[in-house]
Amino acid sequence: MALKHVNAVVVGAGAGGGVVAKELSTAGLTVAVLERGKWYSAADCRKDDLRNQRITVLGNAFGPDDERNPRVAVDERGEQIVYASEAAYSNNAACVGGGTFSYGAMAWRYLEKDFRMRSSYGAVAGSTLEDWPISYSDLEPYYEKAEWEMGVSGDDTGNIFKAPRQKPLPMPPLSANKEHLTLEPAARRLGLHPFYIPMLRNSVPYNGRRSCMRCRWCVGFACELSARTGTHNTVIPAALATGNCELRTNAMVREILLDGSGRAKGVSYYDAAGHLREQTADLVIVCGGAVESARLLLNTKHKLFPNGLGNRYDWVGRNLQSHTYPAAVGQFDFDTYDDVGPGASIAICDYNHGNPGFAGGGMLANEFIRLPYQFLSLTPAWVSRWGPEHKEFVRTAYKRTISVMGPVQEMPVFDARVQADPKVKDYWGIPVARLSGHKHPHTLEIARFMAGKAEAWLKEAGAAQTWRRPVSNALSGGQHQAGTCRMGNDPKTSVVDKDCRVHDVDNVYVIDASVHVTNGGFNPGLTILANAFRASNNLLQAWKGTRVRS
Amino acid sequence: MSSKKTMLRRRTFLGAGLSAAVAGASIACGGGGRNGAWRFFTAAEAETVEAIAEQIVPADRDAGARQARVVAYIDIQLTRHFKRYQKAYRQGLAGVDRASRAKFGKRFAELAPEQQTEALIEVEENSREFFDLILAHTRQGFYGDPRHGGNHNRVSWKMVGLPFPPVRGRQHYEDQPKVG
Ligand SMILES: Cc1cc2nc3c(=O)[nH]c(=O)nc-3n(C[C@H](O)[C@H](O)[C@H](O)COP(=O)(O)OP(=O)(O)OC[C@H]3O[C@@H](n4cnc5c(N)ncnc54)[C@H](O)[C@@H]3O)c2cc1C
Ligand code: SF4
Repeated sequence: MALKHVNAVVVGAGAGGGVVAKELSTAGLTVAVLERGKWYSAADCRKDDLRNQRITVLGNAFGPDDERNPRVAVDERGEQIVYASEAAYSNNAACVGGGTFSYGAMAWRYLEKDFRMRSSYGAVAGSTLEDWPISYSDLEPYYEKAEWEMGVSGDDTGNIFKAPRQKPLPMPPLSANKEHLTLEPAARRLGLHPFYIPMLRNSVPYNGRRSCMRCRWCVGFACELSARTGTHNTVIPAALATGNCELRTNAMVREILLDGSGRAKGVSYYDAAGHLREQTADLVIVCGGAVESARLLLNTKHKLFPNGLGNRYDWVGRNLQSHTYPAAVGQFDFDTYDDVGPGASIAICDYNHGNPGFAGGGMLANEFIRLPYQFLSLTPAWVSRWGPEHKEFVRTAYKRTISVMGPVQEMPVFDARVQADPKVKDYWGIPVARLSGHKHPHTLEIARFMAGKAEAWLKEAGAAQTWRRPVSNALSGGQHQAGTCRMGNDPKTSVVDKDCRVHDVDNVYVIDASVHVTNGGFNPGLTILANAFRASNNLLQAWKGTRVRS
Repeated sequence: MSSKKTMLRRRTFLGAGLSAAVAGASIACGGGGRNGAWRFFTAAEAETVEAIAEQIVPADRDAGARQARVVAYIDIQLTRHFKRYQKAYRQGLAGVDRASRAKFGKRFAELAPEQQTEALIEVEENSREFFDLILAHTRQGFYGDPRHGGNHNRVSWKMVGLPFPPVRGRQHYEDQPKVG
């Protein structure tokens, strides 16, 4: 059956895809959004501490499923097939809202230097460290748009390191929890500059949605009140309300369809019943997340692009990066746990840049609430792994530990990459993503430095004992995956131009975390959203095709 | 927050909802109960798992793995999400018994607790992969959500002092509702 032609087909209803769908449909373009996952609701907040999007020992709560979606991971032990719920899989999510359906919702603006890493620090051997083709000021109006249109709470007035902003955040922060109150005076004594983390979470009713009730089950779970803000409860409903946008769930896109001259004419996808369908469109906008977007381009073959679309110079899938998370844990002589969610509340940006001898750094913040099973990962090395001693540790330490951690901006590595596996196929017969590579050694050096800073903060806060969590050089991907379709001016060293259009083809765009040149020392969500607003705006300005209105 | 009256009404309402949920859970962790049969383990294997788990999380002033029904958790998951570990368990458990027979002349489950500790230290050294697997699963069954068959009566959550049951939002109440 031929489906109705649309102006734009959007692959993936996550952070980037949600924004694109809304901006284009509001401007009068007809849009079809194809999402491989389902649309979950508040009722799917099962509060299951073994099966959510953060702890996945019994599977991913919000996709993809283990049965149909393998990947291949290559490391020292050789290559192996990995399940979607395993760490080596590097999952984010597969559902309407993508990662933003179940994320922690920290809403960071990157800093000015984060867009100029190469200019700031020079070349780093073994790394493809580069500047973005756009600057912070290009993105600033769109950060503001994301903050106000979707809704961010917090208070960063105390953050003297922040990049200039035109408008304050639209909502005040949630009140400080016990961890925040324990850490704040200590930070000040150390001469640091603590502040309330900006969050895509309603602290007061906003945009017709309620305010947060501060539960224990936040990050990794569905928000029962819809107080946490993702694309699923903002831009996607807005897109559908225009009447110009159709969202199809359980729709697995197979490849981009190209005509004889190599221009895109749509995509082919498997619908919920497993039937192969074709959706024709004037524009194809790929928003599948860093691993899957690269996979889709690589699986799109044509006589003009034998190695995959946009891959003329072998850059698609390269520079897979995320964040290395150094962490320190402090155990106190008093209860620091007050059961006031979501937990993460206080941060500092004193160590994002300006660390002598290091090319960058990252912010540090207290961690989200750890449910008991997850808490076990905080056990220090000197406590035996089992037996009475371990149990005693959990009993005494559970309510008395604070973990301070932060996302270190990684040095991109060319050989940290996504490929289409030559042998292994998924349930639909599509070649799966093959992941290989390692972190850059300097990333690990920065991480160790940051762990020391986190530990010093905890000590100053009065921790009786502190320890660090080790970092490994294993490939970085997962929740903060980025970088695989680099944005740049030179087609020989990037995949898309600064408007996020694939260099090779004038009607295919990649608008998600894939285009990040570097990934900031922050969670990437707000930057993905802001860049999607920006890229959509530029796309619309160049658009000469039909519109439903105007 | 809300007045005592609404709290009470809420309590009754939630209490009712919960007894249904808990009844469901006790069927799910019927493990050794339902016709005396385990889903995956033989009776002897289940004993071994239970003894290993109790070594990993022993009872002291708080309940241990046995009371938490960790073995029920593992048994259920081996026929669901952990199907892929069936072989590892079958072989691993046989290996544990072989090792304890060689050392002490008896099956693992029949050893004195101190001998079990000794034998298990050896298993940890010699069969690290299987040990890590059962260690992780025991932790999940003890500290994880009771809906999966372990953490019976939420013993571990009581131990760490987490208010329960997990009612919607933060409207926890101090005492345990009467169920069943
Ligand atoms: C537990 C958790 C906590 C997090 N916490 C934070 C946080 O506090 N702050 C923050 O900024 N970020 C956080 N993140 C990360 C954030 O959610 C991601 O960075 C963001 O969602 C990535 O956006 P994206 O548009 O690149 O991809 P996604 O949001 O992953 O969207 C991609 C979508 O495309 C779909 N898709 C992929 N391939 C296909 C295909 N072939 N056919 C059809 N559909 C397809 C996927 O199913 C998915 O829904 C967190 C993520 C998780 C999982
Ligand atoms: S803590 Fe707040 S934002 Fe998080 S799930 Fe609960 S109500 Fe939603």
